[in-house]
Amino acid sequence: MSRTVRRQRVPIALLVPAGLGLTFLVLPLAGLLLRAPWTTLPRRLTEPGVLTALRLSLETATVATLLCVVLGVPLAWLLARVEFPGRRLVRALVTVPLVLPPVVGGVALLLVFGRRGLIGSWLDETFGVTLPFTTAGVVLAEAFVAMPFLVIAVEGALRGADPRYEEAAATLGAGRFTTFTRVTLPLVAPGVAAGAVLCWARALGEFGATITFAGNYPGRTQTMPLAVYLALETDLQAAIVLSLILLTVSVVILAALRDRWVGST
Amino acid sequence: MTVRWIRAALAAALVGALGLTGCGGADEPAGPDVAGPVTVFAAASLTESFTRLGKEYEAAHPGSSVTFNFGGSSGLATQITQGAPADVFAAASPATMKTVTDAGDATGEPAVLVRNQLVVAVPRGNPARVGGLADLARPGVKVALCAEQVPCGAAARTAVDAAGVRLTPATLEQDVKGALAKLRLGEVDAALVYRTDVRAAPGLDAVEFPESARAVNDYPIVVLRAAGNPAGARAFVDFVRSDAGLAVLTAAGFQAPPGG
Repeated sequence: MSRTVRRQRVPIALLVPAGLGLTFLVLPLAGLLLRAPWTTLPRRLTEPGVLTALRLSLETATVATLLCVVLGVPLAWLLARVEFPGRRLVRALVTVPLVLPPVVGGVALLLVFGRRGLIGSWLDETFGVTLPFTTAGVVLAEAFVAMPFLVIAVEGALRGADPRYEEAAATLGAGRFTTFTRVTLPLVAPGVAAGAVLCWARALGEFGATITFAGNYPGRTQTMPLAVYLALETDLQAAIVLSLILLTVSVVILAALRDRWVGST
Repeated sequence: MTVRWIRAALAAALVGALGLTGCGGADEPAGPDVAGPVTVFAAASLTESFTRLGKEYEAAHPGSSVTFNFGGSSGLATQITQGAPADVFAAASPATMKTVTDAGDATGEPAVLVRNQLVVAVPRGNPARVGGLADLARPGVKVALCAEQVPCGAAARTAVDAAGVRLTPATLEQDVKGALAKLRLGEVDAALVYRTDVRAAPGLDAVEFPESARAVNDYPIVVLRAAGNPAGARAFVDFVRSDAGLAVLTAAGFQAPPGG
């Protein structure tokens, strides 16, 4: 694999905006590090509320990601492999949560899964289950916002995969489901992993839909982003510490997963 | 010759300036010198009254415009100390105002504009039959409170403690309007909010309870040091503190300040 690297001067017209863009993305993170109360950091890290929120964040983001994989991979397959009328519309609908302000997503979730919602009222009357203000509600809100990331990533991987392997499996007598599990899935596994990582990161940072749909209660629905926002109301230093933890955890986990599954470039 | 001209011009300018101040200090608060935009950061519970007062102020001061940023007082205080461009700050508690005065971001002593008291807000007809704070601890009754970080939450904590009630709320909202929204959406059965919030919200009833007298919130208001339009800011504060302004506020359910 030899690549011809053309050693040319980088045009200033591209280098300057690229540098500015990089600075713009990195500077706020640097600000967080510079303003962090390093001396009181160890004491603040061990405050019980911090660990509770962190654990809840990690758990809900992981469960939400699993939910997204279970539902999102088949959806991506449908969009990439099956011709059906209105496919473009379905694809557009799938990406709506991507562009929807998360708070609006939270309100929409309340109107459907809330105690008075379309499905929520039935759930309440039939099973006595209400989703708002529960940890399950947090998972639901996170999955709603994060699933499009997974679907788009997996659909892209499916479209990029060579269809001849699947055709070969079909000619050898494999049904569509067998082909999917034995040929397609292993083929696009890196794409699924990349999508899941994106999905997890989005779920971990979810704020708007969560506070709107699941409310805020420590240990039950107060995830790290909510804790950061509320800490900001009174204690800027605490908010910085919480932000730093969230930043560190997500960067470490994403870096680890990237090297392991996604393959760094 | 030139010296005399300059002196005359200076004298004229001085007289003019004195005349202007004289005019501004007199009965007429309105004047062309307070025109321009005024940015007001105000507690979420002031949303309805201040929106109305802002319109009245604009009508009384041609050429002026008032922009509001309503939210949890503590968050607003943080924004101000972090350099948010605001002319006036009206907080829902002295504690949140202290954040701003301690940081040296206020001019002079804040004045108490009004006071506000907590009630239990319930849907019209009170379907959960809430009669007081103790009923909120009944199993099956879902309650929304404000987070303790914001004034309505701090007041709620004081009142609940005073009543000796052990209460596990369904959610701790980031400001009073958040708690109200959860009630209006039907997701909770009751919310501890200000009396004024219930008045402003259609379809809700207020249940008064004695312990709320232990947690009355003073609402301080102040002109900020970094005000881009100090004259306009001062005029707005004077306007909301005038008898006409207080009439709007008390009609919304606020109490007049002590001794005012």
